[in-house]
Amino acid sequence: MVAISVDAPEVTRQHCQKLGFTYTFLSDPNAEVIRRYDLLHQGGGPKGADIARPAEFLIDSTGTIRWINLTDSVTVRARPEQVLKAFDDLKPAAPTGA
Amino acid sequence: MKRRWNYSLWAGFLLVVLGLVSYVTFFVRFPITRDFPWANLLLFFAGAVLLGKGLIRSFRQPELYRGKILGSILAAVSLAGIGFFSYGLFYLVRQLPSSAAAPRLGQKAPDFTLPDQNGKPVTLAELLASPSAGTAGARANGVLLIFYRGYW
Repeated sequence: MVAISVDAPEVTRQHCQKLGFTYTFLSDPNAEVIRRYDLLHQGGGPKGADIARPAEFLIDSTGTIRWINLTDSVTVRARPEQVLKAFDDLKPAAPTGA
Repeated sequence: MKRRWNYSLWAGFLLVVLGLVSYVTFFVRFPITRDFPWANLLLFFAGAVLLGKGLIRSFRQPELYRGKILGSILAAVSLAGIGFFSYGLFYLVRQLPSSAAAPRLGQKAPDFTLPDQNGKPVTLAELLASPSAGTAGARANGVLLIFYRGYW
């Protein structure tokens, strides 16, 4: 699980310490990767700053995108059970027969 | 004769104010009340009923109840507040880019290199080669990229 935003590493580090997050947070202050994924929300941040729109991608070990969630509202995000199901669906089908 | 205090005007106004402030301060924490603000709409509805009741009293029985002017002001402020709330929650939050050119299902995710919270550069290829221990437990190997608006 990796979170990406335009926040600087320092801002994110303090945020993680405060909230006890231990997973990886990546910093894309110039929104280069955010642009490459076409997720730029122009003027969506404070004082008209360009930020990322909320989006989630599940990528399998071969680098293929297997699940995408592009919400149409800032207040509606993927729920944990949706994400866990997407992870479950990554597993190859259980072998059949005895 | 001293006229009665028109309590339902104030009770209605307080419910509307509660509905306005409780989304950001409380209901936003729970997906069930965040995805759709039905709890706040209920508060607005209850507040509007009480305000309406109070206004009807003050206009129909002005000799018994106070609040013709004050009640009208409270009702107007409530209406403006509910309008502002609705504009924010039903319009502004939906103003997201279409992201029509975002990577699609079945495509390879574009690789990238970005610094993590400690400033160490991380590539997507590295993440795919070794998903962080424990994050997905015994589940299949995969990387979940979460793009978020940030905390600024």
